Amino acid sequence: MDELVGLLPELWTSTYETLYIVSLSLIFGGAAGLVLGLGLYTTRSGSLLANKPVFGALNVLVNIFRPIPFIIFLAAAQPLARAVTGSGIGNNAIIFTLSLAAAFGISRIVEQNLLTVQPGVIEAARSVGAGRLRIILTIVIPEALGPLILGYTFIVVALVDMSAVAGYVGGGGLGNFAIQYGYRQFNPIVTWAAVVVIIIMVQAVQFLGNWLARRTLRR
Amino acid sequence: MTDSGIISLRNVSKVYPAARSGRAVAAVDNLNLDIATGEIFGIIGYSGAGKSTVARLINALEPASSGEIVVDGRQVTGVSERQLRKLRLDVGMIFQQFNLFNSKTVRNNVAFPLRVAGTNRADAERRVEEMLRFVGLGDKAGAFPEQLSGGQKQRVGIARALASSPRILLADEATSALDPETTYEVLELLQRVNAELGVTIVTITHEMDVIKALATKVAVMEQGCIVEQGDVFDVFSRPRQASSQRFVSTVIRDIPSDKDLELLRRRHPGRLVTVSFREGEASQNEVFVQLANAGINFELIYGGINDIRGRTFGHLTLALEGPAESIDPVLARIAQYSDVKEVTTRG
Repeated sequence: MDELVGLLPELWTSTYETLYIVSLSLIFGGAAGLVLGLGLYTTRSGSLLANKPVFGALNVLVNIFRPIPFIIFLAAAQPLARAVTGSGIGNNAIIFTLSLAAAFGISRIVEQNLLTVQPGVIEAARSVGAGRLRIILTIVIPEALGPLILGYTFIVVALVDMSAVAGYVGGGGLGNFAIQYGYRQFNPIVTWAAVVVIIIMVQAVQFLGNWLARRTLRR
Repeated sequence: MTDSGIISLRNVSKVYPAARSGRAVAAVDNLNLDIATGEIFGIIGYSGAGKSTVARLINALEPASSGEIVVDGRQVTGVSERQLRKLRLDVGMIFQQFNLFNSKTVRNNVAFPLRVAGTNRADAERRVEEMLRFVGLGDKAGAFPEQLSGGQKQRVGIARALASSPRILLADEATSALDPETTYEVLELLQRVNAELGVTIVTITHEMDVIKALATKVAVMEQGCIVEQGDVFDVFSRPRQASSQRFVSTVIRDIPSDKDLELLRRRHPGRLVTVSFREGEASQNEVFVQLANAGINFELIYGGINDIRGRTFGHLTLALEGPAESIDPVLARIAQYSDVKEVTTRG
């Protein structure tokens, strides 16, 4: 227990680092995933910008990258991270790689949730002469907003999970804290402390997500 | 008539490309249709007959595969998507499932076409208020669609479809998801839309009641073709084509089917005849008097009388008892002014 008290400053720093990595990855990966998801949704056959070759290419791209275990992806994408962020290691490198990996997963969640919008609603918008961009921005996204928020909540939790391996490429965060100070030093209490912080973090995110989605759905 | 109508379809086909291993399907097959300004035109038929496709060809939600479509003086076939969007602002549409925007208030649902049209804010607000009052939902502007009943949703649908002051309204099974009472209210509202706003209405339905209550002209569709069209009373009281007769007999059940006849014959050993009545031609009274005067015992065993906007027609099946020498001359006399069909034996 004393060791944990002594490590409290490191615990708070790690918590901050996890929040930093997760929130920036959510912003970058979330935006990229939204664009990619919109691409999948709109180019699918029968949709607003139906385009078989583009849909096929996006579909294959997502299917190739999405199933790669993150820890392997992290190693494989290191040269790319170095080229973009200037360094292959550290928190910024992991934010880049995490955003990239998450974008593929997010794109599927976005696609699936947009598909729940009734085709009739889109037809109604078309029937009054609305253009495609207007339909996507003012009809499709607002109509799917509730489930989209829940989808993004799910993603935040997944990002917390994925960010735990940051230590492998010199990043920080709670995963690194638990391994370095808990596991490697045979100090389970330190590991459990990291677990507790992560549980609290995830609960808070889920609560917030549920609340926002409920507000959106109840309107 | 020199006026070719507000909607005109010439040799229009809509072919869907072959699905995997299947053959190409013609949803609409070389169709010709003229709808006059101010009419309420019904298109009726079984599901899958191509009715909804016709509606979507008129506002170009679906491009025609071939043929020529002119709506409100504008060419619909072979023009750019941009021009079609302008056209769609002048053709309102309502749907079976209402298709309201659930994320928007009633006010913003109705305002949507005006945003598309680029109407300025003050004018749009005024128009939305006006339309909501017209459909009787002036107090629901701030509500969300989920808080409304089915009938109210369709009223919002109508207000939205008419917000941009179109001259044509397409109603695709607009009342098929509503209960009978609400259906009646919505049909009444559509009649007001036609009478007070002068909007030409094309109503697509499989329900005879909708046509009876609303339409002035009707077309019967089957397998992508119009098999018969004309005045509602004429088409339903005396369908000329075999396929429209078949359709009419499924929506107006006043002629016994072969199966019904089988049962009727078992219960009534005498002679069975089906007599057609059509306003202005045969009077029921006369028929009954003739039978009674000849001392023929008769019983009404099947049938019905229909009313289309105050004009009546129908079929009555009678079981007659008496000697052939007294029945035959009476039937011959009745047959002079009415259709009489003897159904005593099969075929």
